[in-house]
Amino acid sequence: MLTADDITTLWLSIKIAGITTFILLLIGTPLAWWLARTQSRWRGFFQALIALPLVLPPTVLGFYLLLLMGPKGLVGQFTEALGLGTLPFTFWGLVIASVIYSLPFVVQPLQAAFAMIGRQLLEAAATLKAGSTDIFINIVLPMAKPGFLTAAILGFAHTIGEFGVVLMIGGNIPDKTRVVSVQLYNHVEALEYGRAHWLAGCLLLFSFIVLFILYSALKIQTNSQSGK
Amino acid sequence: MNATEITAQFQLAFPGFHMDIALSLPSSGISVIYGESGSGKTTLLRCMAGLERPKHGYFGVNGQIWQDSRTNRFIPTHRRNLGYVFQDANLFPHLTVLGNLEFGYKRAATKHNRSHFDHIVRFLSLDTILQRTPERLSGGERQRVAIARALVLNPDILLMDEPLASLDINRKREVMPYLLKLQQEFVTPVIYVTHSQREVMQLADYLVILKRGRVQANGSLMEMLSKPEFPFEQEVDAVSVWQGVVKSHDPEYQLSCIDVGGITLNVPLVKAEIGAQIRVLLQARDVSISLQAPMQTSIINVLPAKITGLDADRTGNTTVSLRCGANTLLALITRKSAHQLALAEGMPCFAQIKGVSLIN
Repeated sequence: MLTADDITTLWLSIKIAGITTFILLLIGTPLAWWLARTQSRWRGFFQALIALPLVLPPTVLGFYLLLLMGPKGLVGQFTEALGLGTLPFTFWGLVIASVIYSLPFVVQPLQAAFAMIGRQLLEAAATLKAGSTDIFINIVLPMAKPGFLTAAILGFAHTIGEFGVVLMIGGNIPDKTRVVSVQLYNHVEALEYGRAHWLAGCLLLFSFIVLFILYSALKIQTNSQSGK
Repeated sequence: MNATEITAQFQLAFPGFHMDIALSLPSSGISVIYGESGSGKTTLLRCMAGLERPKHGYFGVNGQIWQDSRTNRFIPTHRRNLGYVFQDANLFPHLTVLGNLEFGYKRAATKHNRSHFDHIVRFLSLDTILQRTPERLSGGERQRVAIARALVLNPDILLMDEPLASLDINRKREVMPYLLKLQQEFVTPVIYVTHSQREVMQLADYLVILKRGRVQANGSLMEMLSKPEFPFEQEVDAVSVWQGVVKSHDPEYQLSCIDVGGITLNVPLVKAEIGAQIRVLLQARDVSISLQAPMQTSIINVLPAKITGLDADRTGNTTVSLRCGANTLLALITRKSAHQLALAEGMPCFAQIKGVSLIN
């Protein structure tokens, strides 16, 4: 059975992933829009930067974030000057790290969805009296719905599953930064395989259900869009 | 600037392309912008719509100034009261036909009553397909929806960028009748871009010929047709174009009767419904002149006319301009016969039309 401890860590993971996904959609949308539309030569640079977490070992990312947010790091000194203390080993430190870590999982599907919407369609909307905000809300958002769905679910699930980054900057503080993947690691270290089974099983089931719902929803979307 | 005119001046340079255009277009009827690909005709239309913003430009429609680079004035596309029909219909795939039509209608500044909207739906025969999504429409249906979507805005000007170019021949035939009827139903001036000479002959009231980003010639279609430098290879001599309505068919003699502003003309049997709009081409060399009503002639189209002009050329021919009812007709006769008959401006006469060809 899941113990109260396990449930706390699960809840913490869901909370971090939820907040992270929300932030990612907020900043990922304009970023993906810019990447999909711009002809700037900086595009490649930002594209590569955003994709880094896909290929980098999470511990590398965690290490740099730890330095950056620590008392000697640029961000750390800034947050201390604001009287906020340093971010590592805090809930919000984990959220910020997760945002960076999961960024490509949100930006890339959104960018692909935006790129699918032809420039001519946006021009047609402009000739039909729609200004740019209007076009975004009434043409881009509904047409990119499958992209948003994919982005939100991938961002959420990827954040739930993170381990290396958490270990580097989150530590293992119960109730504050001990997330479910770390808890699982603790169980195995303590040779508590029974509890590890329960937790691992829950995560496995969760991941599968999420992906199953995602792909079923996407299938309905594409079918209704092709009208068959 | 004349308040009832469309005035456009644009200077624009892309790599390998330079556009420098100054034009005045009539504020009624269909003005066709004709040119080969690369002549800048689509770019010109995009400048008018505000989809391109040339550094140096001026665009005024019936007294409203939409762009004037000298005063840094540029009204963005969505605040210009225009309709735009793209080469590909560009319908919103996530909306039904009705949703597409209502998209602009809901946002239009001057909302007309719903009966105007319904009238356009009926005019373009869209009643039965309103609930369909765009991918379940044929190419012709899509383009009809796109035309309706622009018309429900009740625009001050309707810009059409080769609306038939991406359709096959049968779909073209399906959409063309709607374009022909457009001018009877709506007063909106139309600027129509095409590279098809056939569409020019069928639709143009006013014609602008573009070449490499410049205006090569412009004028009313009639004026342009009688110009010797008219670039359409199919018509060597001067021609007149008349627009009329199909009145009756006579399959036995393989003839149709059409009414052109009160004048009845017999033409080869046409495959068009009674009441359909049709244009016919009258070659000046097929028109001769008689001062008396000819009796027992084999020519079936003999029309009373009045001479409005004579233009002798060096080759021994005289082009006679005639007025038949409300129409202008050109006749090409020898200078000798003009002299023998003592033709003069203002004289009544009869025009004998030997051949009429249909534009379709």
